[in-house]
Amino acid sequence: MTGASRVKFYQTGTFTVGNRLLDVSVRSVQSDADRNNSLNSGHRACQGCGEALGARYALDAAMRAVNGRLVVANATGCLEVFSTPYPESSWRVAWLHSLFANAAAVGTGMAAAMKVKGRKDVRVIAQGGDGGTVDIGFACLSGMFERDDDVLYICYDNEAYMNTGIQRSSATPAAARTMTTPAAGQEPGNVFGQGKNVPLIAMAHGIPYVATASVADLRDLEYKVGRAMAIHGARYLHVHVPCPLGWGCDTGDTLKVARLAAESGLFPIFEAEAGEVTGRRTIRRRVPVEDYLKMQSRFAHLFSPKRDERRIAMIQAIADRNIRRFGLLDKSEQGAHP
Amino acid sequence: MLKQCEGSIAIAEAVALCRPEVICAYPITPQTHIVEGLGLLVKSGKLSNCEYINVESEFAAMSVAIGASACGARAYTATASQGILYMAEAVYNASGLGLPIVMTVGNRSIGAPINIWNDHTDSMALRDAGWIQLFAENNQEATDLHIQAFKLAEELSVPVMVCVDGFILTHAYERVDVPEQSKVDAFLPPYEPRQVVDPDEPVTIGAMVGPEAFMEVRYLAHHKQMQALERIPQLAEEFRRVFGRASGGLLHTYHTEDAETVIVALGSVNGTIKDVIDQMRAEGVKIGSVSLCSFRPFPTAALHAAIGHAKRVVTIEKSLSVGIGGNVSHNLRMALQGRDTKVSTVIAGLGGRAITQTSLRKVFTRAIQDTLEPLSFMDLNTAVINRQLERERVTRRTGPAAEAILRDIGTMAARVS
Amino acid sequence: MNKPFAITLDVGSSLANKTGSWRTERPVYVDRLPPCNHACPAGENIQQWLFHAEEGNYEAAWRQIMKDNPMPAVMGRVCYHTCEGACNRAKLDKPVGIHAIERFLGDLAIAEKWNVNVEAKASGKSVLVVGAGPSGLAAAYHLALLGHAVTIREAGPFAGGMMRFGIPKYRLPREVLDAEIQRIVDLGVKIELNTRVDDLDAVLATHRFDAVFLAVGAHLAKRAYIPAGDASKILDAVSLLRGMETGEQPLLGRRVLVYGGGNTAMDAARSAKRLGATETIVVYRRTREKMPAHDFEVQEAMEEGIMFKWLSTIKSESGGTFTVEKMKLDDKGKPQPTGEYEEMQADSLVLALGQDVDLSFLGKLKGLSINDGVVQVDSNMMTGCKGVFAGGDMVPAERTVTVAVGHGKKAARCIDAYLKNSVYAPPPKHELAVFDALNSWYYSDAPATVQPMLDLARRESTFEEVVGGLDQSNALFEARRCLSCGNCFECDNCFGVCPDNAVIKLGQGKRYAFNYDYCKGCSLCANECPCGAIKMVPETI
Repeated sequence: MTGASRVKFYQTGTFTVGNRLLDVSVRSVQSDADRNNSLNSGHRACQGCGEALGARYALDAAMRAVNGRLVVANATGCLEVFSTPYPESSWRVAWLHSLFANAAAVGTGMAAAMKVKGRKDVRVIAQGGDGGTVDIGFACLSGMFERDDDVLYICYDNEAYMNTGIQRSSATPAAARTMTTPAAGQEPGNVFGQGKNVPLIAMAHGIPYVATASVADLRDLEYKVGRAMAIHGARYLHVHVPCPLGWGCDTGDTLKVARLAAESGLFPIFEAEAGEVTGRRTIRRRVPVEDYLKMQSRFAHLFSPKRDERRIAMIQAIADRNIRRFGLLDKSEQGAHP
Repeated sequence: MLKQCEGSIAIAEAVALCRPEVICAYPITPQTHIVEGLGLLVKSGKLSNCEYINVESEFAAMSVAIGASACGARAYTATASQGILYMAEAVYNASGLGLPIVMTVGNRSIGAPINIWNDHTDSMALRDAGWIQLFAENNQEATDLHIQAFKLAEELSVPVMVCVDGFILTHAYERVDVPEQSKVDAFLPPYEPRQVVDPDEPVTIGAMVGPEAFMEVRYLAHHKQMQALERIPQLAEEFRRVFGRASGGLLHTYHTEDAETVIVALGSVNGTIKDVIDQMRAEGVKIGSVSLCSFRPFPTAALHAAIGHAKRVVTIEKSLSVGIGGNVSHNLRMALQGRDTKVSTVIAGLGGRAITQTSLRKVFTRAIQDTLEPLSFMDLNTAVINRQLERERVTRRTGPAAEAILRDIGTMAARVS
Repeated sequence: MNKPFAITLDVGSSLANKTGSWRTERPVYVDRLPPCNHACPAGENIQQWLFHAEEGNYEAAWRQIMKDNPMPAVMGRVCYHTCEGACNRAKLDKPVGIHAIERFLGDLAIAEKWNVNVEAKASGKSVLVVGAGPSGLAAAYHLALLGHAVTIREAGPFAGGMMRFGIPKYRLPREVLDAEIQRIVDLGVKIELNTRVDDLDAVLATHRFDAVFLAVGAHLAKRAYIPAGDASKILDAVSLLRGMETGEQPLLGRRVLVYGGGNTAMDAARSAKRLGATETIVVYRRTREKMPAHDFEVQEAMEEGIMFKWLSTIKSESGGTFTVEKMKLDDKGKPQPTGEYEEMQADSLVLALGQDVDLSFLGKLKGLSINDGVVQVDSNMMTGCKGVFAGGDMVPAERTVTVAVGHGKKAARCIDAYLKNSVYAPPPKHELAVFDALNSWYYSDAPATVQPMLDLARRESTFEEVVGGLDQSNALFEARRCLSCGNCFECDNCFGVCPDNAVIKLGQGKRYAFNYDYCKGCSLCANECPCGAIKMVPETI
């Protein structure tokens, strides 16, 4: 955020992908007609896939940051399945898929190989969905962190196991309907008080860099990838990527829903170095969580057949706590944007 | 250089001579001394240009090795028992991706009940994982097989497991000739990967393959093992020429030329078997043995030839394929197709139970008398089993069987009193 | 690399998989009509010229204005900018200061001596324009650009019409007006001053004109009957404002009443103040809310110390004493007399009660239809008399400079078509870019730039221009506040947000194209387009 804020934006198109009024050198990677398109056309992600978008955003930014000297380990999941069904690959980066749970460890191995081969310029990204990161891949992730291996791990968080058909992960939010937390019974949807906050856990490892980002804020995301690639050691980037299918929103609302997640405070966007929060993306147009929840059929049971005031208030409390905890309304520490 | 040392240390030194570039270390008995030995070699600088990574699990160990190998680094790890099961998914993955990782398995039983001692259940659990599995008969062979393993793995782009009996070999102090670095370098060229994750020549490795090509991918893995059947004896021969001793190969025969009875076994038990054969030969019994060095690929033709015209074959097996019997004999029958050779399976030494010359001799004798059952369990305490079975017949809730048996045989009672 | 079968693939090979077949709706780029353009009586493509101005390409911006309006510097000052009233930005913070940027561009063009050239071939046709006001000048300008020979006959001593004789200097400095008129003259337009057309029939009989455009304006002041002891103390606003231009400055005295509530009343009152009146009071029969004058003019007048007497009518004058009747509004908002009277002392009374058109010169024209004091025209600005067109204040329309200029442009196009024996067909209008079609998230908060104002002291005593202009930096800032409603401004959002890379960036100024081979029809691009320039349309199967 600090880096992005140095860019003087103009009024038209401040928050857009590109800005023809800016000098080419400070425009976003995604605005470049010759961007890498690390994830190529023809992939089989659903319409409006946030993860496909997030992955291209992140890897294109990384490719620019390291001048194309990048290798990628990918966990099993939607991202892997929709991008590499034989005989076609959508990747335009050197890419390896091994297993669901081991992307971080594979990344460690890659980084070790590059080091021992004397290829210090080649950098490593390991990536996966929330299931492959916060659940089954968590041990490998933690191991990579504590050893401070030279890997940037990117989690594309769409808040459930989407590849297998929308099952709860430990990143699934409270009250959300999934196929394993159905909208049935007295307290429909996912249980309150469960789940884990992996960015904070990552910070607890004391690794050099941890950040959250949203597919709805490209500038911030690109800045964070760039920042991460400028640092060596274990780094973690947790990117919020809505899944229209799994969340039950329109395919064209992927970015809107991601935006509302951030603007409501439910998904706090911040960065931390060596375990301390060093920046946050402040809320620009605060909205009640209801605005966010209502867009998604996974929360429909909160509003129909009758409003579940108690649990809506509990979700609002989660957002309010995030806002307090990360100072999301603190304009004195302005985020990426003027 | 000839030295008296622990098997694990000899193995560690042999691995180090192969100039591994990434070593993944995770402790599990009885393999631990190997990675400790390597750790010391790296930390002391004797093994340079090597990343020694203390991982958080065997699953991570294999995964890190996968990442390293895919990026063109010579990768090594070691494990045993529960460890190999914990990494099982990655074991399959390494072979599926055709990554020439070499892994030592310090063979040990699998729980429950938990047991740290030697048998072959762990390696057998992953016999179909697409890895080449070589079994060492003694520490010299264990040492030498690692050097051959890297060469074989990298030539064929397939991972190799070197199986070494836990404690019996890993912890045994024996005289071992640890080769000179120059000879190893002459034998083992630098790793030239068949494919590599490289930004200079980017590819996508690890695609999802559907029904339209999966069979073919699997067949090609089989084909690699068939190639290995040819390469393994050649490598052993090359090794003999460079190092001046015979090690490895598909199998070793012992007095099989005129044998009417042939004993087949994997690993260190072959030493005891040979001693018994020596005794029986001295008494004029036409008995011999085959020590299987390569279990995967299974040397069907070589075994067929080695057994020759024997009337009967007895397998001494340190793993139980529960519900059917022996893994080795099951495979061996393929080698004996079209012949009326009698095959008897003897399950022995599970969980580290000693396989004594006396017991072997008893079994061999019964075999020669044609009174050996098709499947038998060496030195089984039937009284204990019968008591437990009776308890289970009478009472539904009998408690844990292992503890009950220990009580029966007095171990616990002795400790308590 | 000898790649292992199936598990290792070539990078980017998924191009073979044409995911466009998944689509049920396709995005298409559209240009929607920005509300500013829609509201502009002169038909300016405001969004387009702001687009150029945003880039600092002021000349291109100016040339874009000049396509529709030959007097940007005048317009930026005197136009009542209905565009700003329609501006979608008002729903975010404040409308874009379009008039201020236009004025900046107009002034810059004068300073830089930018001009336009006739590029069309001479048509050989000649057109007579009667009246050198905004409408006549605009028509002449456009006709000249279309290659026609144009003669303007103007009754007065200067060109400019109401721009000169109706709008005080402090709102429109004369050097600005002169410069922009000169630019039109430089195109070869002939202006014959002091040449009143008294009898159009006679003129047409003696001169060969292929078409005529009538734009004589409305210069006859409406009078109210006020019994007065000294009629010399009562004059009309038209004469007052005209007199200041011709040098016949009237003596108004220290205390001046202005009767009326329109913009002309404001001009008259503010001019009176500048002419030395210590007290100027506007007398109006209704309330401020009902006053037709623009609010900013009332505001500026009040700042300058002009006083207002609401709900009052002037009944009579006697010896400097004016009798005023109090009014009250009825249920319909109309003023009704109350029978209560009061007296006001004043040295003079200026009537600003509106103007009429002097139609006497049209007496014998065949087919002409006059209704309610104005000339009737058809949808192509043509009067009932073939080849005679009319516009500006003399036809039924709102009487503003901008409307007049718009009439001039439209008439020129219709006349051009007429001269080619066809009928002008305006291009179909695009769908309006309403605020709901925008995604306002993408526009950052940028408060409007306030134009500098002349010190009050000087405003009360001189005719210096009251409202200052923008400079380069704040004009740029202001231009960049434009939301570009309904028209692509090349923000790269569609190019960026497509998860399928199905948007092709064609390069600066060339916008984008969809690659329908891969577009899955998710509509993210349409939803995230800040300016509503993408529309989803169903696929036909």
